[in-house]
Amino acid sequence: MKNDDIRLTPISNGTVLDHLKVGSALKILELLKLGHQHAITLAINTESGKLGRKDLVFIEGKELSGEEINKIALIARGATLNIIKNSNVANKNKIELPKSVNGTIKCINPNCITNAESIATKFSISDAPLRAKCRYCEREMDESEIFNSVK
Amino acid sequence: MLIERSNFALADVISINDFSLSDMNFILSQASRLEAMRIEEKNALLSGKVVASLFFEPSTRTRLSFETAAQNLGAKVVGFSDANATSQKKGETLSDTIRMVEKYSDVIVMRHPLDGSARRAAEVSAKPVINAGDGSNQHPTQTLLDLYTMRREFGKIDGLKIGMLGDLKYGRTVHSLAVALSMFDNVELYFIAPEMLKMPGHIANAIKGRVKIRESAELHEFLPELDVLYATRIQKERFADPLEYERIKDVYILTKEILQRTKSRFRIMHPLPRINEISTEIDETDAALYFQQAANGIPVREAILNTLGNEK
Ligand SMILES: [Zn+2]
Repeated sequence: MKNDDIRLTPISNGTVLDHLKVGSALKILELLKLGHQHAITLAINTESGKLGRKDLVFIEGKELSGEEINKIALIARGATLNIIKNSNVANKNKIELPKSVNGTIKCINPNCITNAESIATKFSISDAPLRAKCRYCEREMDESEIFNSVK
Repeated sequence: MLIERSNFALADVISINDFSLSDMNFILSQASRLEAMRIEEKNALLSGKVVASLFFEPSTRTRLSFETAAQNLGAKVVGFSDANATSQKKGETLSDTIRMVEKYSDVIVMRHPLDGSARRAAEVSAKPVINAGDGSNQHPTQTLLDLYTMRREFGKIDGLKIGMLGDLKYGRTVHSLAVALSMFDNVELYFIAPEMLKMPGHIANAIKGRVKIRESAELHEFLPELDVLYATRIQKERFADPLEYERIKDVYILTKEILQRTKSRFRIMHPLPRINEISTEIDETDAALYFQQAANGIPVREAILNTLGNEK
């Protein structure tokens, strides 16, 4: 987040997700299931020197759990997580891809055992290009399949 | 027979992707020893043990091969050959069936229509699980018997030039075999398939760098170089357009004529059953290795059962 953006920050305490791939902000809101407890501001398709265009999500009074951060890593690679305290950026980190995720992705293979019995899915994640491989059926999902299957 | 388990790291046999080269070599060596062993001696190896043979979908060849192997080792075989006969039909989960069966068996052999079912069973079971086919995913004992067939015939796998012919896109047999072969030294693979049934990119990518790959739609281009030609069935169900199937199905029929252009040690393999991919006139020639290949399923499955049945 550039210093210019900080002045735009509409929250005083909470989380800012920056450098989000365009089109991922709404998906992130849907995944975080925030309900009405938090004030949320979105910036969609804004100009960014680095990406050309990007989305931003501002969430007042919210710290993300590890699992929530993993979801964001999978659908918006290269995103930056900012923790805002007293209207200042207290912490800023690029979100890293997890090596594996449990229960986070629904397997795209309709014939997979995880879609027939209630079993938590297990995927191993690899990068460049982004892939998620089901531990059970061994099916590999690509970036757009992952985007649509994070639950 | 003394089992040096230090050379075999797996607790279950679920996927060929779990195997290291030393795991594969261990099973192949054990299979050689078992093939040479007298039946009386073999009979004692798993005596008093129970092998559960759970075929949630019918597969007569694979089931008979496993059950014969288990009986050769002196084990008792219990199970079913069709899920209609079991409580699965009443809605019991696979996990619950496995929890029940592992209480009275020492090894579980299973075939199931769902992908990943064997991995799930192995997670639930304290007893070793052997995957005899999980949906369209894995069938590791087929791959091991294919490797065993090559090693038995040529004395080694390193350095072999192996052609794969037919449906390379959907055939899991050739995918697993290509991955396994890439772990040996100096193997060269020749993928021969029509454009629409080519080996998928992710398989070629996974083995690239470890093995030399050549591709063509034309069989005759590579014939004189091959040690082995692994033929597969082109399945009608794969084609949306029946005319497309009719056009392609007869392109790669192997006839006796091709043998005039091959090495003298050239061999043809096929996972069977065949439809018309290999003309029956080849059956009587030295090139026909496919019936021996099918028979090799017994010592290979004996080796796996004996290795896992004496564990846990
Ligand atoms: Zn799966």
